[in-house]
Amino acid sequence: MSDLKSLESELTAAIEAAGDEAALEAVRIRALGKKGVVSEQMKTLGKVSPEERQTMGPALNGLKARIGDAIAARKEALEDATLETRLAGERVDVTLPVRPGPATEGRIHPVSHVVDELTAIFADMGFSIAEGPDIETNEHNFTALNFPEGHPAREMHDTFFFPEKEDGDRLLLRTHTSTVQIHTMRNGEPPLRVIIPGRTYRCDSDQTHTPMFHQVEGLVIDKGSHIGHLKWVLQEFCKSFFEVDDIKMRFRPSFFPFTEPSMEVDIGCEFAGDEIRIGEGDDWLEILGCGMVHPNVLRNCGLDPDVYQGFAWGMGIDRIAMLKYGMPDLRAFFDADLKWIKHYGFRPLDLPTLFGGLSA
Amino acid sequence: MKFTLSWLKDHLETDATLDEIVETLTMIGLEVEEIIDPSKKLAPFHIAKVLDAKPHPNADRLQVLTVDAGSGDPLKIVCGAPNARAGLVGVLARPGDYVPGIDVTLSVGKIRDVESFGMMCSERELELSDEHSGIIDLPEYAPVGANYAEWAGLDDPVIDIAITPNRSDCLGVHGVARDLAATGMGKLIEPRREQIHGVGDCPVSVQLAFGDTPSLCPAFGLRLVTGVKNVASPKWMQQRLIAIGLRPINALVDITNYMTYDRGRPLHVFDAAKVTGDLVVRRGRAGEKILALDGKEYAVDQTMCVISDDNGLESIAGVMGGELSDCSEETTDVLIESALWEPINIAQTGRKLGLNSDARFRFERGVDPAFMIQGLEEATRLVVDMCGGTASKMTIAGEVPDHNHIVEFPLSEVKRLSGLEVSAAEIKVVLTRLGFWVSGTGSQWKVAVPSWHPDVEGKADLVEEVMRIVGVDKVPTTALPRLDTVGRQVLTVGQVQRNKARRMLAARGMNEAVTWSFIPQEQAKTFGGGQPEIELANPISTDMSDMRPSLIPGLLTAAQRNADRGNGDVALFEVGQVFHGDRPEDQKTVATGVRRGTAVMTGAGRHWSGSAPSVSVYDAKADAIAALEAIGAPTGNLQVFAEAPDWYHPGRSGTLRLGPNNVLASFGEMHPKVLKQLDVEGPIVAFEVHLDAVPEPKHKGKTSHSKGALAISGLTPVRRDFTFVVDDDVDADKLVRAARSADKALVKDVNVFDVYRGTGVAEGKKSIAIDVTLQPVQKTLTEEDIEAVAAQIIAGVEKATGGTLRG
Repeated sequence: MSDLKSLESELTAAIEAAGDEAALEAVRIRALGKKGVVSEQMKTLGKVSPEERQTMGPALNGLKARIGDAIAARKEALEDATLETRLAGERVDVTLPVRPGPATEGRIHPVSHVVDELTAIFADMGFSIAEGPDIETNEHNFTALNFPEGHPAREMHDTFFFPEKEDGDRLLLRTHTSTVQIHTMRNGEPPLRVIIPGRTYRCDSDQTHTPMFHQVEGLVIDKGSHIGHLKWVLQEFCKSFFEVDDIKMRFRPSFFPFTEPSMEVDIGCEFAGDEIRIGEGDDWLEILGCGMVHPNVLRNCGLDPDVYQGFAWGMGIDRIAMLKYGMPDLRAFFDADLKWIKHYGFRPLDLPTLFGGLSA
Repeated sequence: MKFTLSWLKDHLETDATLDEIVETLTMIGLEVEEIIDPSKKLAPFHIAKVLDAKPHPNADRLQVLTVDAGSGDPLKIVCGAPNARAGLVGVLARPGDYVPGIDVTLSVGKIRDVESFGMMCSERELELSDEHSGIIDLPEYAPVGANYAEWAGLDDPVIDIAITPNRSDCLGVHGVARDLAATGMGKLIEPRREQIHGVGDCPVSVQLAFGDTPSLCPAFGLRLVTGVKNVASPKWMQQRLIAIGLRPINALVDITNYMTYDRGRPLHVFDAAKVTGDLVVRRGRAGEKILALDGKEYAVDQTMCVISDDNGLESIAGVMGGELSDCSEETTDVLIESALWEPINIAQTGRKLGLNSDARFRFERGVDPAFMIQGLEEATRLVVDMCGGTASKMTIAGEVPDHNHIVEFPLSEVKRLSGLEVSAAEIKVVLTRLGFWVSGTGSQWKVAVPSWHPDVEGKADLVEEVMRIVGVDKVPTTALPRLDTVGRQVLTVGQVQRNKARRMLAARGMNEAVTWSFIPQEQAKTFGGGQPEIELANPISTDMSDMRPSLIPGLLTAAQRNADRGNGDVALFEVGQVFHGDRPEDQKTVATGVRRGTAVMTGAGRHWSGSAPSVSVYDAKADAIAALEAIGAPTGNLQVFAEAPDWYHPGRSGTLRLGPNNVLASFGEMHPKVLKQLDVEGPIVAFEVHLDAVPEPKHKGKTSHSKGALAISGLTPVRRDFTFVVDDDVDADKLVRAARSADKALVKDVNVFDVYRGTGVAEGKKSIAIDVTLQPVQKTLTEEDIEAVAAQIIAGVEKATGGTLRG
């Protein structure tokens, strides 16, 4: 038995000493191989007395198992060590910068984003989106909208014209999206609820005016909508758009040829340095014009003003974008400066929704 | 429209404060733009008395004054004014005070070795008038030590309101007061109805000579006042005119200006001594010129209305008078004109001549016709009171049109249009105070519109009058009823396509731009535009002259601007409108992008992992296909044509088509000549996707949105590589198509993985390597099956391309 003990300690030492898998394999063969020392001992079991076998059997089996385990353990340790060495050699510098990928680089222009915001808000109120051409007739841009020929209100629009035609008429670039009111009423049947975003043009250029800008028009025509509804729609819009719980609004009587009564709308704000805080403070900021659709306009579209009624409003998309997102200069909207787009633009996956938030 | 608070109070009896008045004005539609309080500017200046005046020891023209400023401690002041004298009561500015007229903050000064502790001011120094011949000389009783502005009544706030084009009735202070009175803020003070008993007929007669052309002057009133002294107008009138930014000239001229602002009634005065013969009101004639009161010469024509006499043109009617019969201090006999003109004609004349005046502003918006004669009476009263003289009878040519407009007004209109609940009694009060005549009981009234309200046409206008006076803030906010259904899709197919293209391109790392719809003509022509019918007649500059036929030029120049600012690697896109003519259907929508420098999709610039290559035609092609894919175009059926519009590099551009004629997109490197013309440096590539050309998605209109069952083969696909040597000008597409059609059932995909020219491949040839994926459908492919397909592929490709399999 003492032989077995010394054999075991000798083998255990050899296993521990094995420096690599080959050496360990040599130890295994020497111990547990067909001709290995433990195997040889096992073979002797047949030749000993039953009594001796009673003790030697378990002792040898125990030895065999322990040596096997020791080899397996040693083998795993050696493999781990090898792997560790390999992994250590495979280290890379994870601090190196990576390319962020295109979806993080691209930007949506604020005007597009704001149009999507408008769409989300007004779609919820049952409005659809109407559009019309940029090149328009005098009839659609002025006459049908109750601008009398030669009236100063026509002049206030600083219209871009195209060359005169043979019949003396001349086409123009629409000065407002109100032209699409006419298309909508002439081509559709009330009840109508539309908003009309689009490009508009006036030959005017200075710090706050560009010859091209964006407007959004709203139109509701049915048999009962009045100024109380108009106030509600615009109040709800402003709260939703500016993402505030409450907003102070002021409706002032004003004048537009195509609405009667007409109003301009101011929102409460505070001028804090460069920043304008919407909904706070004691200052007023004009943001839109509105009113009940003028009976003459309804008539011009084939609707009886004693039966049908409704309201319309118009505001500058660029302007409300500037107010909400703090762009100081309108001209930069059309300059395509990368630094500006990166700063004020929106990520391609920032789709404004009412359920997920508008400005995201 | 400017006026002062005291001026308003001439017409409105009220206890309201300035703040209340200002707030009310805005809320009834007379938006207050500014309040200027001159008392702020004049606050430092106090009344002081000169106790003693001694000659300056070192200067002949100067005096050393001892001045009592009311503090009991007399000041020494050096003064050069000729009227400075002991006993004079004047206005003192002390060291530290800012004197607006000379833009100086005073300090203790030394003038020729004598210290001076302030200055006695002239009117010009306080910006009260142009008077500078001496210092202000107040009556002896002026209280020494008192604030000058307060004492002199110069602390009269100026209110500036914006008048919308429909409110000509408020282009005079009286009309503004009427509006305020209607709100219950005070009582309108109706001026005394002047009636001058003229002596003798007006010796100058008036002819309205329009022949058989339409008359431009419905009525013209004229009166002569003889023996006037055209002195300076009284102080109160001058102060008001100065306060609103007008320059007092002489009594006669000041009266016309005053009447313009006080009553909204422009008038004209002629020096009768300079008028020869009758006044003829007629159309201008080609070649006629007039030197107007602004000192400029204007050429008139037959579209304009003028007033002439035997000497020539005396006035551009309703716009501006002429120098020829200008009233000066020497004027002793004056002709006063009060007339009516055609508003549209006045507007057109003013615009054509580029001439703005207070008269034009009022006449083109419409003056109160019924006040033409009364206005002349009131003006005459002022002339006689201020300048003396004897007035003749009035002569009137033409006829004041009858203003008799009656509106049928069902009271329910107020509620129907505004949502306001207003009692009949209140409606009546408001309309009556505004000058409307209301008759009828019950719910249907007849309302007579006053002559000063040309804008009130029908029922809706009356609702506006009621609502703005009662208060828009009184209208109860009412929720717009929700529709009966859950929200449906509100965007059209086109709108959805634009949104998808936009987000796809942004997701490919491009930045959305919004560029001008108009571009320089030269650029428009280069890109297939420049049609005369879409060239602006009045562009804002030559750089913005023509409607754009393509978004590429705008984006190219934008990319170059970025490059000039240090961002050479830029990827821009725009989704917007282009114009091929002036009809609505000529306006098309495109999604267009440019990439410059190394702005490829995976990231621009140098990088440790591999620097980005220069942009190439393939980047633009990929963008175009991605945009098409995003909007649901059938990209699997696209055909690539190696032909593209002229603005592209002829050998590095192409078009994507559905069938030979329907071009969905173009892409490519830009033609070097185009870049040179636009002053843009490459490398730069562009693409343009014609959104309108893309057919609507097939599922549109179908009731089922099922995508159908997915058929997946459980059998392993097999891949085989082939390399062909073909002529250099053979398009890869041809080869791929041939491989694909070799066995449509089995060949699932063909991918080009290598294109090679050079060693081992003959000159003028290239090798193209493809890998072909075979997808067995029913059974695993045997080696023989695969060999058979491979042979078909080789034969097909060789036949289609004239190439050979590379050994």
